[in-house]
Amino acid sequence: MKQDYIIDIQHLSKSFGGVKVLDDVSFYVRRGEFVTLLGPSGCGKTTLLRQIAGFIAPDEGQILLEGRDISGIPPYQRPLNTVFQRYALFPHLDVYDNIAFGLKLQKVPEKEIEKRVKKMLKLVSMTDYEDRSVESLSGGQQQRVAIARALVNYPKVLLLDEPLAALDLKMRKDMQLEIKEIHREMGITFIYVTHDQEEALTLSDTIVVLNEGRIQQIGTPTDIYNEPCNSFVADFIGESTILNGTMIRDRRVEFMGHGFDCVDEGFGENVPVDVVVRPEDVYIMNRLEGAQFSGTVKSCIFKGVHYEMFVETDTGYELMVQDYNAFEPGSQVGLLIRPDDIQVMRKERTCNTIEGIMADETHVEMLGATFECLPQEGLAAGDKVRATVNFKDVELLDHQEDGTLAGEVHFLIYKGNHYHLTVLTDDGDRLWVDTNDIWDKGDLVGINIAPAGIKLEKCDE
Amino acid sequence: MSKRSSWSIPYFIFMVVFVVLPLILIVMYAFQDGSGHFTLANVTRFFSDKDSLSTFALSIEVALENTLLCILLGYPAAWILANKDLNRSAVTVMLFIMPMWINALMRTLATAELFNVMGFTLGKGTLLFGMVYDYIPFMIYPIYNTLQKMDASYAEAAQDLGATPWQVFWKVTVPLSKPGIMSGVLMVFMPTVSTFAISEFLTNNKIKLFGTIIQENINSSMWNYGAALALIMLIIIGLSSFLGGNEQAEAEGGLI
Repeated sequence: MKQDYIIDIQHLSKSFGGVKVLDDVSFYVRRGEFVTLLGPSGCGKTTLLRQIAGFIAPDEGQILLEGRDISGIPPYQRPLNTVFQRYALFPHLDVYDNIAFGLKLQKVPEKEIEKRVKKMLKLVSMTDYEDRSVESLSGGQQQRVAIARALVNYPKVLLLDEPLAALDLKMRKDMQLEIKEIHREMGITFIYVTHDQEEALTLSDTIVVLNEGRIQQIGTPTDIYNEPCNSFVADFIGESTILNGTMIRDRRVEFMGHGFDCVDEGFGENVPVDVVVRPEDVYIMNRLEGAQFSGTVKSCIFKGVHYEMFVETDTGYELMVQDYNAFEPGSQVGLLIRPDDIQVMRKERTCNTIEGIMADETHVEMLGATFECLPQEGLAAGDKVRATVNFKDVELLDHQEDGTLAGEVHFLIYKGNHYHLTVLTDDGDRLWVDTNDIWDKGDLVGINIAPAGIKLEKCDE
Repeated sequence: MSKRSSWSIPYFIFMVVFVVLPLILIVMYAFQDGSGHFTLANVTRFFSDKDSLSTFALSIEVALENTLLCILLGYPAAWILANKDLNRSAVTVMLFIMPMWINALMRTLATAELFNVMGFTLGKGTLLFGMVYDYIPFMIYPIYNTLQKMDASYAEAAQDLGATPWQVFWKVTVPLSKPGIMSGVLMVFMPTVSTFAISEFLTNNKIKLFGTIIQENINSSMWNYGAALALIMLIIIGLSSFLGGNEQAEAEGGLI
């Protein structure tokens, strides 16, 4: 039922100074739904929210509100209200006048204003604060006033831009529950922006995971948690171990050097895949009989409710395990993973594929630099080529000037026995690298590729 | 006395010699007659002298007019300068402030010459022009400062709640820039009450302001009456800055 979409976003794109902040984003929001836009900082979620609110005009695409394109409508005419990250309460007005601001502009009769403001204050548990100056309120109280100020206008959609980011942990948890309660009570559609995955899982009916301006996955909190569709989502939502694996056949997958039964089908036979194992889904026991594989406990930390342990498996992989019982470091343990706790994901890529041009017989120009390659037969200077480079053949160096190319570590995941890195070159190209060395996000690196690691084939126009 | 606090001694001496002593002298002279006896005659003379009173009234009127003109012309200028869509360069800000680099007397003399060349009759119009020209940077700068530091999310929040750009300006921007306006008012109003050079040059002394009479009295060696007038002016400026200063203390000051 198309009519039931209160917000329908179609192919939205936005660039700032040549950088694509949002890239062809489409999703819809049902009436009364609590939708969360979730992603790390810089993923475009706030830009998306500000476009819905009307503060930024999209480059391409449409925002439909109840089927009507609102792209050209200024923010003050949109029947939406926003709760800002830093509240933006007017310091020259008291609590009452802050909340009444929108109603006074609409020339709502004074009596009606008073009734509605009082009702809102009650909703956010701030009765008797009417005459207080907003600067005398605590962060949590200011947040409540900001929510009341937005909701008092009965907007069709309430937009919330990381409203709890400035509060301390305890306060944040309390406010989460209250926001959920307010949503239930008012029945208004909420679009909520956050980088906190736990907050998103707690609050939302639907989560939209964003990274680098693109939607990664849309689903319910349980869908997103249990069946992440790629390694970014798996890594970003909750704790997880992501491992390289091979889909042997339907319902049978191999990883960490062992074969496991699983519930996934339709990948084909002997296809490389990514496997996600949540640490709470690994069964750990003192005996070896009945276990699928064994390992040695490396560390054990008490985390409040459970213990978090790192286990080195018999095949040399490191696995994170959570259990209510503690196992002494050094002890031998048996491990088991049930078929429906194994999440198999198609690999986005299995090697780097790069377009280039032959410079001469032993050199190829690609990624904005010249790389030496093995002597090539049948390729002449000027030929367009496609180079494939295995992840492990890309070498990272401490000093940018030592590399043929310079770049920055952009994203990394630990895959049990090695790291898988995304490196952004200075020209903005991406290279994926497998390495045993430890790098951090943001590290500046030099990049080299050994001549033997570059496989070239002529590419047709 | 600790080592650090001894650093303040030169400033202390400076204050005593150039601020406190002259103030005491002004008070002493104001309440003495020519031969050094205590008297209230100087003060009562001011309040019974029609000329002095009307000059005083005129000075306040001119100062108010000047202040009002400075706000009317300066606020939009400051708003444009602080608006990132309209002005991205610090150079334009500097151009507005630059006249302050040149001595006010010189600028006033030059303005007077220009009016002469162009054949304007010197009078109240030229006087106000000169005053606005001299003092408007003092209005623009503090307002610009508060506007520039103002969080853009206030205006966005107001728009979000349904305020048109015009309503955003009157209901949010102007009230929030009040500290800047108050600073500007003090910095323009106070010196214009006591100015005499501008009225001398730009009206050929046709219009006399309060500062002019003080200067004339002192110049013709009527120190006691001059001191009494200076004291009265000081009290008025003190009162007005006290009232303004209280407002400022509430919301952070806008100056600098």
